[in-house]
Amino acid sequence: MRLDVILRVAAKLFIPFIIMFGLYVHLHGDFGPGGGFQAGVIIAAAIVLYAIIFGKAAALRAVPKWAVELMVPLGVLIYAGVGVWSMIMGGEYLNYNVLLHAGEPVGTYDAIHGQHWGVFLVEIGVLVTVTGTMLTIFYSFAGRGRPDE
Amino acid sequence: MSDLDALADRPLLEALATHYNYWITIFLMCAGMFIVVARSNMIKTLVGLGIFQTSAYLLYLSPGKILGGTPPIIADDLAVYSNPLPHVLILTAIVVGVATLALGLALTVRIHEAYDTIEEDEITDVVDREDYAATEAPE
Amino acid sequence: MVLLTLLAAITVGIIRTRNLFAVVVLSGAYSFLMASVMIVLDGIDVAMTEASVGAGISTVLVLSALYLTKIHEAPPRYSSALPFAASAGMGAMLIYGTYDLPPFGVADQPVNTHVGAQYIANNMAETDIPNVVTAVLASYRGFDTLGEVTVIFTAGIGVMLLLKRWGQA
Repeated sequence: MRLDVILRVAAKLFIPFIIMFGLYVHLHGDFGPGGGFQAGVIIAAAIVLYAIIFGKAAALRAVPKWAVELMVPLGVLIYAGVGVWSMIMGGEYLNYNVLLHAGEPVGTYDAIHGQHWGVFLVEIGVLVTVTGTMLTIFYSFAGRGRPDE
Repeated sequence: MSDLDALADRPLLEALATHYNYWITIFLMCAGMFIVVARSNMIKTLVGLGIFQTSAYLLYLSPGKILGGTPPIIADDLAVYSNPLPHVLILTAIVVGVATLALGLALTVRIHEAYDTIEEDEITDVVDREDYAATEAPE
Repeated sequence: MVLLTLLAAITVGIIRTRNLFAVVVLSGAYSFLMASVMIVLDGIDVAMTEASVGAGISTVLVLSALYLTKIHEAPPRYSSALPFAASAGMGAMLIYGTYDLPPFGVADQPVNTHVGAQYIANNMAETDIPNVVTAVLASYRGFDTLGEVTVIFTAGIGVMLLLKRWGQA
């Protein structure tokens, strides 16, 4: 099919920028609209676009199924792990104020930086799980095939 | 609120100006429910469920907006912000909605492979016929 | 107001169309209109999520499900007068109920003064994150977000169980 030359060239130009935009939306979620969910869906959409234009086999070579299926529980693990880290440091579950020790007065906590780190790690967990789940669902639908083929 | 005072002697028009978004929300809710109840094609039912869910998002978001306020991102030179709490709830609801849609579509695909149709009326016919045949013939 | 009327018009189109491919395209347009309405209502995070999820992923998923099943919907077998009457009755009762709701955009309702104003007032002192929605989502109500991530995880596992062919690429 040589009719899709325009699609292939345009997609090759666009897909890296879409993934970069997804990372921008995620990391600037503190200062503007954005966050983990939107970024996860944008990155998954970039890879779905790659799969639609270049074929399922090429997409499976680029982002293999084992990697995508690994990402699904990894995000939940990161999120729950932040909570366990809070409990290890002495606070309640998912209390971000107690994550980091402060500098001079030994024994107190650095609340503001603890909040920053907590939100950062939690959003990474959300990003990983949302991307993995959207791609897993897409691969499952695409890999089914019609019964008469 | 001066333009609302000008409408104070026309109650229906004033109600239209302040409550229009609620009425559209209710229309979307009823339309979604109508699609779910009256249409038997499963994929259309799932789309109708999505419409019902988005009308619920509108119902949450519209009381949170403050006229003259800005989106809730704190900057030094702004004073009035819209309420951030409904935004948080609806963010969760949207993503949960797409998860439900994915599961519903997977079930629809499996049902199509088993019964070769996705209309609920035809599937009910087949199931009724199987039940009738099972109870009718005591071998 | 124009956007809301367009939303209602697209919904009527979705009800009446029987070609499911057209229904999918219409629902994508509906999601974009809903995202525009949300921007007008100052919900920018919500609008971005609705646009990417509703008009992007949702359309792709329904299209791939359509590829695996049928495209045309059969004409309705039973008359839809009773569901229409039930929906219209429910709508009339709800519209009667909205007269007690506060008018659009006023700042001194209980919705906007109790917890929401508290979050906005205390946010910079406690978390130093300018985006209040992200701060509330990840820090003040982080437990709900943990539940949401678990729901997404469960949906992914469920679809894998239903649709994956084991032992095949």
